[in-house]
Amino acid sequence: MIVQMVRRFVREEIVPLELSLDPDTDQLPPDESERLKDMVKDMGLYGLGIPPEYGGPELDMVTMTLIAMEMSQHRAGLYAPCYGVFGGAGLAQLFEANEAQKEAYLYPTLRGEKRGFFGLTEPSGGSDPARAIQTKAVRDGDDWVINGGKIFISGADRADYGLVFARTSADKGRGGVTCFIVDTNTPGFHVRRVVHTLRSAHYATELQFEDMRVPHGNVLGEVNKGFAIANDRLSRQRIPYSAGCIGVAIKANELAVEYAQVRETFGAPLASRQSIQWMLVDNEIDIQQARWATLEAANLSDLGEPFRKQAAMAKLIASEGASRVVDRCMQIHGGYGVTKDFPFERWYREMRIRRIGEGPSEVQRHIIARDILGSSLR
Amino acid sequence: MSVALTKPWIPLEQSAVAALPGQLGVFEIADEHREVSYIGFAGSKSLFGLRSELSEWLDRGSYFRVEVTTAYRTRHLELLMDHHRRCGCYPEQNSESELAGLGRLS
Ligand SMILES: Cc1cc2nc3c(=O)[nH]c(=O)nc-3n(C[C@H](O)[C@H](O)[C@H](O)COP(=O)(O)OP(=O)(O)OC[C@H]3O[C@@H](n4cnc5c(N)ncnc54)[C@H](O)[C@@H]3O)c2cc1C
Repeated sequence: MIVQMVRRFVREEIVPLELSLDPDTDQLPPDESERLKDMVKDMGLYGLGIPPEYGGPELDMVTMTLIAMEMSQHRAGLYAPCYGVFGGAGLAQLFEANEAQKEAYLYPTLRGEKRGFFGLTEPSGGSDPARAIQTKAVRDGDDWVINGGKIFISGADRADYGLVFARTSADKGRGGVTCFIVDTNTPGFHVRRVVHTLRSAHYATELQFEDMRVPHGNVLGEVNKGFAIANDRLSRQRIPYSAGCIGVAIKANELAVEYAQVRETFGAPLASRQSIQWMLVDNEIDIQQARWATLEAANLSDLGEPFRKQAAMAKLIASEGASRVVDRCMQIHGGYGVTKDFPFERWYREMRIRRIGEGPSEVQRHIIARDILGSSLR
Repeated sequence: MSVALTKPWIPLEQSAVAALPGQLGVFEIADEHREVSYIGFAGSKSLFGLRSELSEWLDRGSYFRVEVTTAYRTRHLELLMDHHRRCGCYPEQNSESELAGLGRLS
């Protein structure tokens, strides 16, 4: 029922509106955004990602996953599902914060008054951040003084605060990393530039910290235990991340099925050619596999069972499968497939990032191997 | 670190604009003192890319410069933010709606 409401909303409100927008935008005109937010509130679906104990609706992970598969079924849907009119949920790690931190950061974020960023990756590497982090935080009285930098950080230039991971002990691995909540107006915090990528929505930025003083009260969790916070977030995030890929693949395939039936070459519709049929069959298989893997991970999470391996498998299958689906659909559309008149070129570019962001495919395989072979595998 | 456009200024005249490519990209308009007065972009909705967008500006500036890029949206926002970082203000001809929700560089 809820899933169908979201599907109708995407098809009747978002897709037609999108036709009049710049094909690369990630924002709606303010009046349209407000109008649609009001509609979503009337439907009782605003703040879908907020946990029930913080005022969000009582939805299980499987339902959330099915909804996420619907919300991405439009041109900007991969990185700006429904242009944010369903509201944000805040950074997942903040749910681990103490009450004072929740008052200052979590609740204003849930009310839509503040925005945060997630600052883990550094120029020295993102696949293995526990070892790669070089940003240093040194205790000085009641403060920590942070020096270093981050790269590929989404949305930091528009954020009010961010989670910054820094090395706080001589330990070279995951034991020596602490997570700090940093206000972006802190002296020494700099957003140096936009990092231009294949992605049209939510550009990434490069950050520099110069003698940035952060109060000890802004340590999230415990000193030297920040990496567990990062890791937990990354595992959980992989489920909706996979669902977003699947939604785009479903929409791309739907367009290709329609097109193959009406476009004629050599006196017959494309759909009558076996090579085209097989592309559509392969799309169907990729989509089904990804759907099953993602829903299994969601179901395990609902049951309170370990789901790290399944989430990694879902992320791998969905991001790689959806990339193949978009590529085949582009091929079926011929020259039109690569124009900005159709959504495929944006999906093609942005889907490429999905095999790198939130842990690249190789890292997912590494996680799965570790699960199979035991945690001693490094 | 500067991410500003550093291409040479070109007099904003019909012949120069007509010679522009029909590609996507960003552009800056300047007054007679070469002070930037507008930062814009030619997106996929522009019929002839930079050429059509710049032809709308023929009477509203003295100089222009362009950068061809398919990442025209993020580059446009970056140029606006960089202008603010260096000058403490936005170009006078950019409208409120173009500046809405803009981030900041420092
Ligand atoms: C658009 C965009 C937005 C992003 N947003 C954020 C953000 O908001 N916050 C944030 O913290 N990060 C963000 N990232 C960073 C992203 O998480 C990293 O790019 C990613 O983790 C990979 O890190 P890396 O780029 O340093 O590659 P590296 O770690 O240098 O790896 C390079 C390649 O080697 C492979 N590889 C690594 N180790 C192994 C191995 N053991 N065996 C085989 N292959 C291996 C990797 O899979 C990868 O393909 C973003 C990235 C992009 C592109």
